Amino acid sequence: MTTPASLPATGQATAEPPRAPLPADLPEDGLLAVRDLTVRYGRRLGCAEVTFDLWPGEVLGIVGESGSGKTTLLNALTGRVAIDGGRRLYAVPADDGGGWVDLDTLSEPKRRLLMRRDWGIVHQHPRDGLRLAVSAGANIGEPLMALGARHYGDIRSQALGWLDKVEIAPERIDDLPRTFSGGMQQRLQIARNLVTGPRLVFMDEPTGGLDVSVQARLLDLVRGLVDEMGLAAVIVTHDLAVARLLAHRLMVMKEGRVVESGLTDQVLDDPHHPYTQLLVSSVLQV
Amino acid sequence: MSIPPNGPPTDPPTGPSLSARGLAKTFVLHTQGGVRLPVFSGLDLEVHPGSCLALNGPSGAGKSTLLRALYANYRPDAGQVLIRHDGALLDLTAAPPRRVLEVRRRTLGYVSQFLRVIPRVPALDIVAEPFARAGGTLAEGRDRAATLLRRLNVPERLWHVAPATFSGGEQQRVNIARSFIVDYPVLLLDEPTASLDAANRAVVVELIHQARARGAALVGIFHDREVRDAVADTTFELTAQRTAA
Amino acid sequence: MTMPAPTRASTPTSEGYNFAYLDEQTKRMIRRAILKAVAIPGYQVPFAGREMPLPYGWGTGGIQVTAAVIGPKDVLKVIDQGADDTTNAVSIRRFFARTAGVATTEATREATLIQTRHRIPELPLNERQILVYQVPIPEPLRWMEPRETETRKMHALEEYGVMHVKLYEDIARFGRIATSYNYPVRVDGRYLMSPSPTPKFDNPKMDRMAALQLFGAGREKRIYAVPPYTEVKSLDFDDHPFEVQSWDQPCALCGATDSYLDEVITDDRGGRMFVCSDTDHCRRRRDAQEEAAQ
Repeated sequence: MTTPASLPATGQATAEPPRAPLPADLPEDGLLAVRDLTVRYGRRLGCAEVTFDLWPGEVLGIVGESGSGKTTLLNALTGRVAIDGGRRLYAVPADDGGGWVDLDTLSEPKRRLLMRRDWGIVHQHPRDGLRLAVSAGANIGEPLMALGARHYGDIRSQALGWLDKVEIAPERIDDLPRTFSGGMQQRLQIARNLVTGPRLVFMDEPTGGLDVSVQARLLDLVRGLVDEMGLAAVIVTHDLAVARLLAHRLMVMKEGRVVESGLTDQVLDDPHHPYTQLLVSSVLQV
Repeated sequence: MSIPPNGPPTDPPTGPSLSARGLAKTFVLHTQGGVRLPVFSGLDLEVHPGSCLALNGPSGAGKSTLLRALYANYRPDAGQVLIRHDGALLDLTAAPPRRVLEVRRRTLGYVSQFLRVIPRVPALDIVAEPFARAGGTLAEGRDRAATLLRRLNVPERLWHVAPATFSGGEQQRVNIARSFIVDYPVLLLDEPTASLDAANRAVVVELIHQARARGAALVGIFHDREVRDAVADTTFELTAQRTAA
Repeated sequence: MTMPAPTRASTPTSEGYNFAYLDEQTKRMIRRAILKAVAIPGYQVPFAGREMPLPYGWGTGGIQVTAAVIGPKDVLKVIDQGADDTTNAVSIRRFFARTAGVATTEATREATLIQTRHRIPELPLNERQILVYQVPIPEPLRWMEPRETETRKMHALEEYGVMHVKLYEDIARFGRIATSYNYPVRVDGRYLMSPSPTPKFDNPKMDRMAALQLFGAGREKRIYAVPPYTEVKSLDFDDHPFEVQSWDQPCALCGATDSYLDEVITDDRGGRMFVCSDTDHCRRRRDAQEEAAQ
């Protein structure tokens, strides 16, 4: 993709400001590129000048304590929080023209279509990511229908296939998710997000509210699916064990800024920043 | 993706599979008032195809730290770790994370002292996984895993169980199988025989010999002198240089 | 029984009211909304709905639309659930007879303007007629998405996949699409539209109808329209195509097998019969049968 030339200065006011050219350092085979992303809540900083690249199949963990800005960053990436500065760029799949697009100058219909088709968002609380008033099958089928699926039998069999993948008994397909346990709801949410075969999944504390025994099952499931589908993922977690198991790469956040980043095992086994050392040394060993 | 600019531009057709140049590592413990623990500096070593280098030195000399630095698990403060990957030399200390992971998938193996247990994944799949990640099929990986586990005398009834409940020796044998399932050109071994009985030590010695025979370069820490003498053809001496901050 | 002729000013017109109750400025405002609605088939146009002398839910939206389009020469028919003689239909008919002095009729064929609640007449309508629907909830997406800001965006971006979730749930639960009224439609391949709580039996009549169809929602102050001969397609699945209701018995009065039937309880011992919901249609058929017999 060529960088669009900036408009020549004619001295005349134009209706729209000229689009900023794409950054020069975008990786050729990347998937998501974030440059100097900044979110402010009034005078308080949500996250500041966050920059990273994400490649297909790569799992990026964002770790830090509550209030470190990791959830703000996730919300800014997924467009649920308005950004005050910086850029979010996404590499469109080759069969859709390819090349990088700036998510903040893309038209809203295109951005929404792209997010619906290419992205998944797994919320910490299943109730934020599920329709609790419709059946499990409809929850899995909805994203397919949103992308134009109009064959009930196909939708049904895909829903059954995904229930199996996330280890929910097939006879629960017509039950409402509110009759499910927390772990089942979370697995249903994962199925609903992966059924369309997205390229990129965002997860906010995916094991947050779950019992430890239930967490292990979910983690193993996510790990297997991410591997199997070659998914790229951005996972926000305060749990370093979760990060170690799932993430290839880590970014450690403190007070809205990334203080350290690198391979997961490097960051956890040989932390350099004082805050990371504190985080790692605070974990109880079992 | 190209080799990072600070990597060596030349690519000698023969030469070491893995080498360290001017490697230095100091731990700074910020949680303990910024104590500095220098481990080594200006360290050079190389290991050639078909050779096994044993790291020697007293406890605390930094053998494990060096091994981890060679694996790019610890980040050295200075120097290079050059590895021959896909026919070209690559500096692991400067490579981006995804490049390091790629090297670890196909070129650089590591036998740690302890198995990191993954919840719910049965032993057979834990062993087979690196083979699939390196580009093989899971089915062939399981076949190879079965062969290795059998060779290392892991009872078949345990293959389909997650190793969380295994004994130390059983876990270590799963760990060894996991690292020998891929024919890595370079293999790092941290006390691979520490918790093994004589019979299984012999199997590991045999595995190392086979790896050397196929041209792998190995670097290891072998507490057991008998094993060290049996597998290593060269040694590298580390001396403790720990000083107060 | 003979067809009653249109009655002109059978009730005395009320003094002191503007023609058809609403003032001319208000009618113009509503007409502008209607023109916009006709120009964008199926799109809900907001309008400054007025207080009417009857409560919401009794057809205030329909009445305002009717008042804005009715002229002195129009012949008005009002039906409620297909019947001309229910309280709501009678009241609205009298309202316009008194405030506009227009002729009213119960005969579909005679009417130039038909205001309806819950039915479309069985007799195919023609180009000279206008059908005005009373609409309680104009937003078909409301069931899945409570936020108005979001439903507007979904319309703007044609994000209608969620509508099929309801149909999916029907099939999963009942083995077929059980939604039997207010069955969502797509207008002119573009806007998703609520047909108002008419039975889905009437949906096919909306498709390429010769008459202009206008929809008025009083409480939510929305007007939308389907221009003559516009495609109106009921949502469905490839393997569960749209179907209308059918009955295993004919109308007990006129013997019709192709009309929408209401179940009528005839006694307190479980006696019941099925009769045409469209009273004019039923009467016309029976009149024709009598004539043929004579």
